[in-house]
Amino acid sequence: MSYIGIIITFVFINNFILTQFLGLCPFIGVSKDVESAVGMGFAVTFVMAMASIASWAIYHYVLVPLDIVFLQTISFILVIAALVQLVELVIQKISPALYKALGIFLPLITTNCAVLGIAIINVRNDYNALESFIAGIAAGLGFLLAILLMSTIRVKLDLEWIPKSFRGIPIAFVTGGLMALAFMAFDNALLNNLLG
Amino acid sequence: MVFIKIFYAFISVTLMGGILGIGLAIAARLLVVKKDKRVSAVEEILPGANCGACGFPGCSGYAEGIVNKDADINLCSPGGPTVLAKIAEIMGKEAASSGEKMVAQVHCRGNRDTSVFSYNYKGIEDCNAMYSMFGGDKDCKYSCLARGSCIKVCPVDAISRDEKNRIWVNKDLCISCGKCVDVCPTGAIKMIPYSADAIVACNSLDKGGKVKKYCSVGCIGCKICEKKSPEGGFVVENFLATINYDMEGDRSGAMDSCPAKCIIAADTAELTIPEVEETQKVNE
Repeated sequence: MSYIGIIITFVFINNFILTQFLGLCPFIGVSKDVESAVGMGFAVTFVMAMASIASWAIYHYVLVPLDIVFLQTISFILVIAALVQLVELVIQKISPALYKALGIFLPLITTNCAVLGIAIINVRNDYNALESFIAGIAAGLGFLLAILLMSTIRVKLDLEWIPKSFRGIPIAFVTGGLMALAFMAFDNALLNNLLG
Repeated sequence: MVFIKIFYAFISVTLMGGILGIGLAIAARLLVVKKDKRVSAVEEILPGANCGACGFPGCSGYAEGIVNKDADINLCSPGGPTVLAKIAEIMGKEAASSGEKMVAQVHCRGNRDTSVFSYNYKGIEDCNAMYSMFGGDKDCKYSCLARGSCIKVCPVDAISRDEKNRIWVNKDLCISCGKCVDVCPTGAIKMIPYSADAIVACNSLDKGGKVKKYCSVGCIGCKICEKKSPEGGFVVENFLATINYDMEGDRSGAMDSCPAKCIIAADTAELTIPEVEETQKVNE
């Protein structure tokens, strides 16, 4: 599959939140205001890209040669968690500004299922290193898109008359459901039409 | 074969965990970020209101700014001279005062008695929500919307509403953080010096004739204040009088002769507006 195909697939067709329902915790938890939603989105994008590369390396240079592929879940978790910790330390040292923007979110993402999801999906699709990396970035951008849309809607919803029992999280769930329905419009037929 | 596989699994996970763990421990040592003890000392002195008047994100941000980024130590307006002296002691700097204290004030006195309303608003009690509906329910789009967003955002409860639904800031309580100025959608709240004796209680940039139609206490830009109090620093621009507070001349002549009575004393909570008969109704 071409790289553009991978990007369209992971941003729209297989959007991690709205189609695959992965990483719903930050989708609801961090979407109350636009600024932190964007911060979270970029942090996830960053971690997903790193995790894709790291898990690809672990899978192809450790797990496959030793024939212990059944360990992929635990070893991916291990590597991703350590990697995020390391990235956090490095960012804190090198760029305090970036640390302020992403720092709070990085520990939250270490064991996020979306990050583990991209690692496993990469393996399942048999991507090479570059394809994995691009899939990671695209999945992160899809996450960013979904959480950004959600946060702008929720900011508007705060100013609306909503029945008392629906205020806050319940209306956010309803909104998320409707957004997922809308994203069903993107499917593989679209990809075939676009790329032939 | 099975045993070898188990052995491989055991060894690889152990090694991976071990290497990553040791690597992280070494990285944490190498990449340690030193924290200055003065930061926490300064933070303890600051009032902790997290009002943001200094321009930094909260008191901890300002403490870091003072120690690491060489920020001025006189930016904390809620803390005033006492906090300034203590910070100066820690940082070994001269305690230079920040000039005159500024306070916020609402530059609008329009309410149901004085102004024409274009519709009846029945939404949530929030100025920004109301502003999204045709810029508020008054015909005047520069006015105080009186939905109390500034009252909610004020960290020290300095802003109150009188029984005639007009908003006023108590300048003795105001800590000049500027949050109300930021939240006000129409810009009717402006900062004035603490010592200011008069304000032009109007924010409308519309022409005099238009203002007269929708508000009986609005500035019509007649320039009488400029003539009556030439030393008072009155300037009429865009059909709205403003006061240059650097000029300290007498302003009572302008206050008495303003035809709309919108130049008012800045330190009284109650005003002497001529009562208007309640004939103005909502436009159908």
